[in-house]
Amino acid sequence: MIKLLTATGKLTEALCIHLGLYAATFTGTVRRMSSKPWYLRMLLQQAEEVGVQSLPVVMLTALFTGMVLALQSYIVFHRFAAESLTGLVVSMSLVRELGPVLVGLMVAGRVGAAFAAELGTMRVTEQIDALWTLSTDPVRYLIMPRLIAVTLMMPLLVVIADFIGIYGGYAISIYLLDQNPSVYIENTTQYMELSDFYTGLVKAGFFGILIGIIGCTEGFNCKGGAAGVGTATTRAVVISCMSILISDYFLTAWMFA
Amino acid sequence: MSSEAILPRIQIRGLCKRFNNNTVLEDVDLDIMPGQSTTIIGMSGSGKSVLIKCILGLIKPDSGEILIDGENWLLLKEQELLLRMQRIGMLFQGAALFDSLSVWENVSFALLRQNIGKKEARERAIEVLEWVGLHDISDLMPAELSGGMAKRVGLARTICHKPDIVFFDEPTTGLDPIMSDVINHLIVRLHKDSGTTMLSITHDLKSAAMISDRIALLCHGRIHRQIPSSELDSDQDPMLRQFVEGRAQGPINRSHWGQKIEEAIQR
Repeated sequence: MIKLLTATGKLTEALCIHLGLYAATFTGTVRRMSSKPWYLRMLLQQAEEVGVQSLPVVMLTALFTGMVLALQSYIVFHRFAAESLTGLVVSMSLVRELGPVLVGLMVAGRVGAAFAAELGTMRVTEQIDALWTLSTDPVRYLIMPRLIAVTLMMPLLVVIADFIGIYGGYAISIYLLDQNPSVYIENTTQYMELSDFYTGLVKAGFFGILIGIIGCTEGFNCKGGAAGVGTATTRAVVISCMSILISDYFLTAWMFA
Repeated sequence: MSSEAILPRIQIRGLCKRFNNNTVLEDVDLDIMPGQSTTIIGMSGSGKSVLIKCILGLIKPDSGEILIDGENWLLLKEQELLLRMQRIGMLFQGAALFDSLSVWENVSFALLRQNIGKKEARERAIEVLEWVGLHDISDLMPAELSGGMAKRVGLARTICHKPDIVFFDEPTTGLDPIMSDVINHLIVRLHKDSGTTMLSITHDLKSAAMISDRIALLCHGRIHRQIPSSELDSDQDPMLRQFVEGRAQGPINRSHWGQKIEEAIQR
């Protein structure tokens, strides 16, 4: 019993420390955004790495998700003779839920891991200490551009993913399942609202903040050489993915209540 | 002659630092005069790196004072401390070059942050690289450099913005004897040419004797002894003699961590 209590206590302590670290990193970074220097070159470089370089994986994920959704929805709706609703279900699912979540998970795996590994390596090789001794604030120089880049790029990636996913569903429905294109488009556009679209973008922005803060905090506070960098990278990906899935429920409950 | 006493450039008073239950620094006092080159020697784990990191604001000490030119740096806000860092240079043990930047961008990093033009910063970087004996490498990336070259690029970065105080963390560790001698000569030349105040930490006694005016032994969390470097071979302090002669047994071992070393030897 005592062992169980001790283990629970240690786990709770570790959780509180990590949540505190994330909160401190977030507030410290946001506080710095109000004053110069903003390191715009670093921001553009990060935006390119986060946004442009994530495009292939995001586009592929969205395309095949849209295609699978169309197939699955059609099979179910066929039983009720409601095949014409396939387009609406594909679009709504992608725009409201799967677009932001799947893009979030992909970016967490690609970008969150890269943030943690880069900053972790800089920490263990004393490059972050070197920045400080060269009169440069490491949080402003390293974390701020990454956080802004991922927060801005996530909604843009989701917009692209939404369109490609919807097109994937359209292509399968029209060319494979022989549905009528004009009925498909009409049903899709008639019942969708603008709020379905932008709530997905709000989610994407929020997931971007989570990925940026978790990846950067894990890397920035990394300890213990190469093994420490590995641990930080794994933690960044796992914690980011879990946070995205958990926060998605609460965001959905809040926005569509 | 002026009757005013010259203030030490660096004054450390009663500095303490503990990590969990391990006391690393316990009441460290140290004065470094302007233009003086001091080297701190001591066993591995004796707290030399912690001391230098406390001075630079990279580790927050538990108590004590760190006065640079009479100003207590522990009372400064983060932004004020960052501004003061423009007067500081630090050569890290592994050079700590930024992987994503070319050699010249590394060397002129501090200048570029001070709104100096790219062209001017590059020219200054090439000039300093030539000073450390490196030619035609300004566009290479750090991954393409050997250990000795990386260390010299690190030295060039340390002095490119003409700091008043320079810190060296194990400047010759991991280098062959010839490259160590090159680095030592560069440090001596820097000291002679610019009169910069220097604080180094090293295990390399030959290097310590060569680059410094004074040597301080950090032992049991305190500065145990300070001597002019010329007296390193003649000083009869038992702890200093044990360290200089590299004996496993002696008074240094009668400490909390030294006892463990003695036990390991006797096993």
